[in-house]
Amino acid sequence: MSEQLTFHFDVDGDNFTSAGQASVMMKKNLRQLGISPDTIRRVSIAMYEGEINMVIHAGGGVADVTVDEEGVKIVLEDHGPGIKDIEQAMQEGFSTAPDNIRSLGFGAGMGLPNMKRYTDTMEIVSTPGVGTCITMRVNF
Amino acid sequence: MKIRTMKELLNAEVICGEDGLENHVYSACGSDMMSDVLAYVKDQAVLMTGLVNSQVIRTAEMMDMHCIVFVRSKKPTAEMIELAKESGVVILCTTKRMYEACGILYSNGLVGNKVRA
Repeated sequence: MSEQLTFHFDVDGDNFTSAGQASVMMKKNLRQLGISPDTIRRVSIAMYEGEINMVIHAGGGVADVTVDEEGVKIVLEDHGPGIKDIEQAMQEGFSTAPDNIRSLGFGAGMGLPNMKRYTDTMEIVSTPGVGTCITMRVNF
Repeated sequence: MKIRTMKELLNAEVICGEDGLENHVYSACGSDMMSDVLAYVKDQAVLMTGLVNSQVIRTAEMMDMHCIVFVRSKKPTAEMIELAKESGVVILCTTKRMYEACGILYSNGLVGNKVRA
């Protein structure tokens, strides 16, 4: 694969039921590109957790995925409330999600740690009141 | 273990994915927290859960799982069944509770998997 492929997704923030659609579509795209199942799974899980986060916390956002010869880059950007203390947010079990989200199977404080766990690099840029941008890379 | 054997052991109803009943699965996990499934599961093929929403199907799809077992008589919605059909996931429903359902499968040879630390 000599050229770079890009994919853009809008993540609807109003509908928890549809959360994850972008990740499902991306997973199909990656399968068509013949990428290894392990890499596909890592990208899918990281993007899926990110998507769920955008829906729970930020009223949605956008996801941009780039595939080049070295790996897959996922950029998730939202205009939500931002993350006050990133170090705290990265701790397993820390969550600010409301109880109704926990009854839906999420909000256990595992989202960001999972995203870090499955990617090779992860960078969070967040400004309270402005929004959050997370860039993750999964190398081939 | 064949998914068909799971169905018999759990006295379960097949909701969709009849074609996949002859497939073999080698490990399973049980949880109502999808984030924990996404964190700790590696190569598990079966998800046992009492949680009912679309994210259960998507979580299984993200993890490349072959089968979801809804315990405690929980039933998936029509939308969830559609999603499962699209991704080729077998759905079983059992009246057994989580603890019992997991115990039956475990004692018949369907083990868990080591947690990836």
